[in-house]
Amino acid sequence: MNPALSVIFLTTLIGIGQGLFLALFTQQSYALFDLLPHQDARFYGWGSLLALLFTMAGLVASFFHLGRPERAWRSAAQWRTSWLSREVIVLPAFMGILFLYGASHLSGLDPVLVTLPSGLGINATVILGGIATMLAFALFVSTGMIYACLRFLQEWHTPLTVINFILLGGASGFTLATLYAAILAPAQTGFLGGWAIIITLLGLLGRSSSLWRNARLRPKSTLQTAIGIKHPRIVQTAQGAMGGSFSTREFFHGKKASFLHAIKPAFMVLAFGIPLPLLLISMSQPSVWLLGAIFILQYTGLLAERWFFFAEANHPQNLYYQTIG
Amino acid sequence: MTQLALVIDLNVCVGCHACVTSCKEWNTSGAAGPLCDENPYGADPTGTFLNRVQTFEVGQYPNTETVHFPKSCLHCEDPPCVPVCPTGASYKRKQDGIVLVDYDKCIGCKYCTWACPYGAREIDEKQKVMKKCTLCVDRIYDTSLAEIDRKPSCVKACPTSARLFGDIHDSESAVSQAIRENGGYALMPEWGTHPANHYLPRRKTHLKIHEDELERADNPLKVDGKLPKPSKSEPTLDDVTSW
Repeated sequence: MNPALSVIFLTTLIGIGQGLFLALFTQQSYALFDLLPHQDARFYGWGSLLALLFTMAGLVASFFHLGRPERAWRSAAQWRTSWLSREVIVLPAFMGILFLYGASHLSGLDPVLVTLPSGLGINATVILGGIATMLAFALFVSTGMIYACLRFLQEWHTPLTVINFILLGGASGFTLATLYAAILAPAQTGFLGGWAIIITLLGLLGRSSSLWRNARLRPKSTLQTAIGIKHPRIVQTAQGAMGGSFSTREFFHGKKASFLHAIKPAFMVLAFGIPLPLLLISMSQPSVWLLGAIFILQYTGLLAERWFFFAEANHPQNLYYQTIG
Repeated sequence: MTQLALVIDLNVCVGCHACVTSCKEWNTSGAAGPLCDENPYGADPTGTFLNRVQTFEVGQYPNTETVHFPKSCLHCEDPPCVPVCPTGASYKRKQDGIVLVDYDKCIGCKYCTWACPYGAREIDEKQKVMKKCTLCVDRIYDTSLAEIDRKPSCVKACPTSARLFGDIHDSESAVSQAIRENGGYALMPEWGTHPANHYLPRRKTHLKIHEDELERADNPLKVDGKLPKPSKSEPTLDDVTSW
């Protein structure tokens, strides 16, 4: 496929937003059970608004993918069958609850709504955070399933696609949360940094598994099934147009195979190889600058990873477009 | 239930592209607006087509065969492009099985093209909506046209009758018979899309000779019953007569 910048930015930016929120709410959940000190409301409030900014940036990027953005509202119609439609519904829902979660913290309007039998008071932000957590995962699943549900794009048609969207979004979000904590609540850097390391490690495992799997795929469609002629040697001599068409532009990345081979180790190093040891170092010596550098390096790596994710997928329609003529 | 479809006979397609130009002409002139081209006379021309003819070489020289392969939307019976559409612009008509795009609802997200293994859809780069073969839905039901003209324009244009049009769910239709009797097949059966359009393979060409081609039907001698029947040993008329 030909990777579209709009979709690369959409999927990576909302991933950071979701991950950052999940990190903040993880801390709040621990604090709820007194496993960690409860932070100032501003820590959660501004943090969730920062997450909201990332999801908004992703939403803006997504509009650049549409030919007719003024009709975007129509895309919520087919939620019964289309994962894209589901994403279109879940993303604003997540953003809305995220806003309420942040606003509730910042405004101090956080009454205890339910008291558990144990005497534990459940605040409004806990309930809002719980809903937002479910929506964050629903959004990860919707985004991943947009790609994983396309059965003839064999590179994507695997549960690993959804798992990796969750892990990679989570890794970048928790890394950002660690940086955020280093600035506003240095005592929490270790907790969030620890989770960032664990999720980045899981991301490395998940992405390596999908790379391993995809390297061993055998395409189900061949030129023989594409045109229905049983002969071992079929060569296209003309594709019906000399000047190229939508079908030649949309489904091929246009880069050399050497570029594709080079970008694979590059994103593995940037997204996992460098951030992991640096995160470990920053566990003992937290530094805002170092964590900032880790976040930027990892995000750059994840941009390259998402580019490769699209470029690697080989659409069977390419069988019909191999020779200009 | 009706499922309209094309049956394309690769045995007689000569790759003349008449169906391509005829399709373009009809579909760029309709109420839905033009099928836009960009730089049609420039260095890098490109444009929107609903039908294309491709050419493949099968075999190793000198045992090769050139196969011309017309390709348009196959109007799958289980179209993967329809459920993925977020707006419902892509739909399959219940009454005749034609897969269509509502150009007023399409947001141009291109997701349907990702979901089509055949590359049958092309975005109109100027109108920014998805375009695809409509089986000339604006022709085949047009009662202002003569009955014989109510066919897709590609079918009308084909000089070798390589394109048949009809209902493949009607077992007595010409298309169903052609599929049944001439080994009609569907493309990429491995994905379970059940394309409605079928292709007829290359096969031994049978010459059909009608009775009146063997013996001249309007021979005046035959009409009058005076056909001379000399025995083989007798001299013929040419032997005994100088004209």
